[in-house]
Amino acid sequence: MTKYTVHDPRGYPPEVTGKRLAPRLESLDGKILYLVDCLFDNSEVFMEQLRRWFAEQLPAVTTRIIKPRESWVDDPDMRKRIAADGDAAILGVGL
Amino acid sequence: MALENSGVPTVAVHTHVFARLVKSVAQANGMPTTRQAFVLQPIVGKTAAELRAYIEGDDPVTNRPFMQEIIEGLTQHLTDADLKGVSFDRSTPRLLEADTEENLQELFMDNHWTDYLPIVLPTEERVEQMLTGTSHGHDEIVGRLRPTYFRELWEYTVEKVAVNAVMAGARPEYFPVILALAASGVTARSSSTTSWSTIAVVNGPIRNEIGMNSGIGALGPYNHANATIGRAYGLLSQNLQGGSVPGDTYMGSLGNNYNYTATFAENEERSPWEPFHVQHGFEATDNTVTSFFGGWYTQAGFGPRDTWQEKFRHCLAACEPFSGPILVLDPLVARGFVERGFATKQKLIAWCAENACLSAREYWDNQWTQTLHRPHAVAGIEPYASRLKAAPDEIIQFFEPDQIHVVVAGGETQGAWKMINGMLQGGIKGMKRGEGIISIDEWR
Repeated sequence: MTKYTVHDPRGYPPEVTGKRLAPRLESLDGKILYLVDCLFDNSEVFMEQLRRWFAEQLPAVTTRIIKPRESWVDDPDMRKRIAADGDAAILGVGL
Repeated sequence: MALENSGVPTVAVHTHVFARLVKSVAQANGMPTTRQAFVLQPIVGKTAAELRAYIEGDDPVTNRPFMQEIIEGLTQHLTDADLKGVSFDRSTPRLLEADTEENLQELFMDNHWTDYLPIVLPTEERVEQMLTGTSHGHDEIVGRLRPTYFRELWEYTVEKVAVNAVMAGARPEYFPVILALAASGVTARSSSTTSWSTIAVVNGPIRNEIGMNSGIGALGPYNHANATIGRAYGLLSQNLQGGSVPGDTYMGSLGNNYNYTATFAENEERSPWEPFHVQHGFEATDNTVTSFFGGWYTQAGFGPRDTWQEKFRHCLAACEPFSGPILVLDPLVARGFVERGFATKQKLIAWCAENACLSAREYWDNQWTQTLHRPHAVAGIEPYASRLKAAPDEIIQFFEPDQIHVVVAGGETQGAWKMINGMLQGGIKGMKRGEGIISIDEWR
C-alpha cells in the first residue's frame, strides 16, 4: 500500500502559561461578595435570586450586584472596583 | 479569570451544556482549576421561582448542591494545582506521519479536521502547487482567528492556508481569494449558540478570470470556484482557529447549512447599479472579497410586484433586529427597482431602513436585543435609549442604513430575491476603504 506524507492542517496556538488562582477566604462572614450580572437575557433575575439566597441563608455576607458596561466586552473599570473593595465574586450566567 | 489574576477569589456560573467548553477555555488560559458551578440550561424564559429552584438544587454537572459548589469555590483551601496553573506547548507539526490514503482520510475525520465530506489529502506536492497561486512567502503570517471572542487567537501562515485550500479541492488560481478570506479575521466557523455562518461575496475582474458563477444557480453547487473557495474558507476557519467541535469549540444549537460553502460573485455585468465594492470606495478594476457574518435567517420572494412594499415590510420585520440583511437580488429584480425609481442601491437601502419597523414590545422581546442592546439603552446611548423609553405599542425603526446591504446575483430565469442575514465585519490585514471588504489583489 502506498503511503503518503501530508501536512498538518492546524494553525499555531498561543503558548499556554500557567496562572495561579487567588487565595481563598477562610469564611464569607463579614465579607463583601460581588454578584456580577453578565447581562445575558434573564441573568439579572438569576442574580437577584442569588442575592436573596445570601440575604436569607448567610446574612453575614454583604452582596452587591454589579454589571459590566456592555455584554461580551471586558470592563476593566468594573474589575478594578471589585478588586478595590470586594473580597470575592460570582459571575453569571448565560443562556 | 481576570478577577482571579487581580487577587479576587471567583466562581463562574454557567449552564450545564457549556461544561466542556468552559473547562477547555480555562485550560487554554493556563488556569484549569478555575472554580465553576453549573445550573440547568436554559436561563432564558425561566421565572424567578424556577431560577431560585436552580440555586437551591444540585449542580447538574457534579450532582452536588449548587450553593455548596459556590461557597466551597470561594473558601476551600487551594491545592498545588491551583497555585501553579498549567503551562504547556500546544505547537502543531508541519507534517504528519506517512500513512495510507484510507488511514489518513480516517485520521482527518477522527480529528474533526474535515466537514465530513471527503477531502483532498494535502500532500507536499499539492501544497507546493497551491502556493504557486500567490507571490507571498510560505512562512508569512496571514492572520489570526478564533471561534469566539473569549477564546485565544490562533495564528497561521500562507502555507497553512494552502493546506486547507488543497483539502477543499481548490485550484491555485483561487488562492488569492482564499488568502484574503483567511486574512479577514472573520471566522466562517463561529462557535456562537446562534449557528452563524459567514457568507463571502467576490467582486472585480477576478470573478471571470477564475470562472466564478454569478448567473444561474450562483448560490448553489454549480461552479467549482464558488464551491471550493467557500469550502476552503470553512475548513481553514475550523482548523486554523483551533477547532469547531460540537460541545467544545462549536455551540450552535441548530447548525447551519451555509457552513458547508457560502461564496458567490456579484453579477456586475447584469446589474443596473454600482458593484458592491465600488459603493464602498474601490475601483471597478479592484478585486475584493467581502465577509458577511450571518446566515442565521433567510427570507425570500419574487417581484417587485404591486404589493412589494408590504412584502418587504413583512420580511424586514421578520429579520432579527440585532443583525441586518443582505438583499440578494436577481438582475430582473434590480432592474424592476430601477423602474420604480430606485436609481441606486443606496435609495433602496434607505427605504428598507425606514420601513424596518416593529412595536417596542416585539423589539425588546428578544433575548439578543435584551443582551446586546439593552445595556446600551440603560447607559443612555442612542438609538437604544429612545427605543427603551418607547411605549410597548409604539412603532420603532430598528435598522440603520449601514446594517443593510444589496448584492445582485442570479441568472434572470425568475425575478427572485432573498434577504440573507449578513453583517459587514472588520478584518485585521489587507483591508482598505470599507471595513470587512478585503483586497484580493494584495494576496496575488
